Amino acid sequence: MSYHIVVCGSIVPDPLQTLTPVDGPQGPALKNEMMLPAVLDPWAGHALYEAANLAARHADCRVWLVSLGPKAKLQQVMMAVAQKAPFELVAVDGPASGFTDSFAVAEALAEAIEGIADLDRDKLLLFGGWQSASRGAGSTIQMVAERLGIVDQFQGVDQLNITDNGLEVLERIEGGSWLTSTVQGAPAAFGWATGELPEPPNNPQVGMMNMKTIMPALQKAKPAALGNGFGVNNVSLPQVVRETRVVKDMPVDDIARELVDWIQG
Amino acid sequence: MYTLNTLPGDDVRQIMWRFAERFDLQMVVQSARQIARGTVATLVAQGARASHEWNEQKGQLLEAFDQSGLTSLFMDPHQGGFIEGPKNLALALVAFELSWVDGGSATCSLASNLALAPIHEKGTPEQRDYYMHRATPPQPGEDREIWRGAFALTEPLPYVGVDTGVLVGKARVDEWKDGEEPVLHVEKRGRFITNMDFAHFVTAAVDSADDRIQGSCMITLQADDPGTFDRGAPTLKMCHQLSSTRDPIISVKVPASRIIGGYEIKDGRIVPNYSHAEIIGAVFHRTRIPVGLMTTAKLLSAIEPVIRYHRSRFRGGEASGPGSPKFEMGLQQKEDTRQRLVDIWAAGEAGASLGFAAARMADEFDPIERQKETLLREQGCEGPRKQMAALRKKQAEALEYVELLFADAPDQARLAELEADALVRFSYLDAVLNVTIPATKLWNTGVGANFLREAISLMGGYGITEDCPGFLMHKWADSQLEATYEGPEAVQRMHLTVTMSNPVFLAALDKKADQLEASGRPGAAALAEGLRSWLWTHQFLASGKDAEGKKLLHRKRQGVSFPLADALCWLVSAISLMDDVAELIEKGPMNPTVAEGLEGLSGFYNDLAFVQVARATGEAGRILAELVYGFAAEGDTAPFAALRASTDAKLAGSRLAKDRASEALAGVMIPEALDYPL
Repeated sequence: MSYHIVVCGSIVPDPLQTLTPVDGPQGPALKNEMMLPAVLDPWAGHALYEAANLAARHADCRVWLVSLGPKAKLQQVMMAVAQKAPFELVAVDGPASGFTDSFAVAEALAEAIEGIADLDRDKLLLFGGWQSASRGAGSTIQMVAERLGIVDQFQGVDQLNITDNGLEVLERIEGGSWLTSTVQGAPAAFGWATGELPEPPNNPQVGMMNMKTIMPALQKAKPAALGNGFGVNNVSLPQVVRETRVVKDMPVDDIARELVDWIQG
Repeated sequence: MYTLNTLPGDDVRQIMWRFAERFDLQMVVQSARQIARGTVATLVAQGARASHEWNEQKGQLLEAFDQSGLTSLFMDPHQGGFIEGPKNLALALVAFELSWVDGGSATCSLASNLALAPIHEKGTPEQRDYYMHRATPPQPGEDREIWRGAFALTEPLPYVGVDTGVLVGKARVDEWKDGEEPVLHVEKRGRFITNMDFAHFVTAAVDSADDRIQGSCMITLQADDPGTFDRGAPTLKMCHQLSSTRDPIISVKVPASRIIGGYEIKDGRIVPNYSHAEIIGAVFHRTRIPVGLMTTAKLLSAIEPVIRYHRSRFRGGEASGPGSPKFEMGLQQKEDTRQRLVDIWAAGEAGASLGFAAARMADEFDPIERQKETLLREQGCEGPRKQMAALRKKQAEALEYVELLFADAPDQARLAELEADALVRFSYLDAVLNVTIPATKLWNTGVGANFLREAISLMGGYGITEDCPGFLMHKWADSQLEATYEGPEAVQRMHLTVTMSNPVFLAALDKKADQLEASGRPGAAALAEGLRSWLWTHQFLASGKDAEGKKLLHRKRQGVSFPLADALCWLVSAISLMDDVAELIEKGPMNPTVAEGLEGLSGFYNDLAFVQVARATGEAGRILAELVYGFAAEGDTAPFAALRASTDAKLAGSRLAKDRASEALAGVMIPEALDYPL
């Protein structure tokens, strides 16, 4: 069985940066957001690497990465991501911040997916992050799937195996447990948790191949009309501020104790 | 007053260093950065630098280079690489990224390329295919070991009766049967040979010790050749410990076909097609650029940790709480800390601008040089002397080309005609590169090392500890090696002594002064006058004699030529920074991410460049004044006095520029923590 895997994922500011909410001309934003270095959203990254791994193990699979983000920033991030795994990029130009409405984002992503010329919807596996490092609405992939008519949906996925019985899925559920489910086959949607794969090393040969589709995709990225799904009255930093420190060889118990103290404080 | 929002990111660097349109290079940068701030930083943090020996832990580096494509970066696509065409800029960017964390890792990455460079530049097609292919990681379906190389030049053992003019390597004919390939017996003793722990082959420079072999050559020696391939004792160096270095002793028998570039048999003698000097000239012309940039990367890498240290210096103490200036700004409240950091930053930027400009020009130069070789060969001009004579005939056209290149409204048809002439273009690029490459190696490392000391002192006692963020103490030690290997400072000064007097270069420098002045940009007029002061001094020294009647500017009078070269390096690095800032201001608005903060960036970089111009013209002026007046030479020195006074006067506002830049440092947003471990 071959699959057409579409991974939805975009960029977030590099986690080491100080993220200060500010009021911008188009509503809330992060201070210096365009100038801060960005990375692929780690949740989306897990989804992408799992997709590439799945595609590598089964014949005639294809992987698309559908990204909604400012295309200039997307281009920078692609210079690293493109070397990780083979995929074709579908870019949509728009904000990638945490201040967008997941409903509107899902609409834009679904529209972009519907526009993929070679996509066989009967083979479609929709992948994405279960959460996001920018603002974990936890609802985007579900809504994209609904718009595409995909009713078999799994969230918090850590493992996906192709078996003779179909797709076997390991989902995170409450209480630190996993739920194993089986779905007959595509189409299905998977909101990935961390998965099981490490970040692949860079492979420039893969990068050069990917660039053949990435650069044209960025050039013809259409602007997304995200509308004003919801308003944000104000934004502020959390009351409790944690000072970043670098401590060598700190015992795990001490780290845990410090975190508990911080949360309680 | 502007605001510098963030530290310059990749978008800014891509514009300034002109690779915004090269996604292949942008990917290389990301690959190298990931290794630098992952594998390399972890090794340093774990104390891997504490041993001279190469070990399994350090071996992770090679694996990381192989996996991420850095091992095959030097090769062309048909050899297993992935970048088409010249790779000087690519190699320079990789060296920069790796050295941002550790210089030794950069050396480790570059050393195999250095071993392959003689084969790449002058090897026969068979030699190229043989070694290049083996040096790339196996392709899918292949099962083989990746070959590593080591480059062994002279490296004589000190105090044991050898001098640097003699190659510590000899080749003799061991066996030569009629109609068969001669077998050579090669003996080579190396010192300070990088990659020696794991090298599968060595490209060695050897002299003939046999009447049947003419002159010198470079030859490849393999670990499995019959004889002794003793990797030798580890070099007890106190820096660059993430590169393998040993003093090998090799005595092996190899076929004569290993002579790099091949050979002919003339009158019963083996005549190598290239002497070792010809090959080394071609190799070192380029490989010195990344070395210079290695020290520069360290300078720029110091900015963020120093700012963070200054800001957080008093946090956690009882004397200040959140919200107070002492808590929020720490040592950045003090003007001196910020202004000294501005000096370090400006020097780092100038070095980067100079080195990357040289790397770009070297990429442009590579195909032109090949065209020149082909053309001259067709004309029967083989050998350095005949080539020089042929190129000398082109000098008038090269000077005309310079004139047109810098003209406001040049005769486009004539310019195109000259540009299409490979010999003219070669003459121009060769003249400029023969200054900017040794200048990169000399100035970036020597001056850079001094600025690194300054950066460490800005961290107080913390700076000299292993815990110092950014490994600054290691970097300072490493910079001393970078100033030394691939030709120490004196060698670069000797090189410049010859090349800085090339009339084509002097004409270009003169035109650059006019161009700078016409730009009207902050500091440009001062730099223009500084250049004119240097040109005037050069002319004065070239034609004058000292009070005792001895010639002043002379190859052997290093008390004159070396300082004059030093002064030139300060000036050319400032020119490069001015050029890059102009590029940022011109191209920045076209990039949406850069455009957002461009006002602040432009203001800051304009000020940074002015600060560097003030320092450069000051240093150059001091040196030139000593040279002009110090020998009590006869001649009218009034024009020099006027030029120097004019240069100084045109520095009006440079200290205000430093005030603004240092103020901007107090507000710039930096990440919460360094992006590599301590």
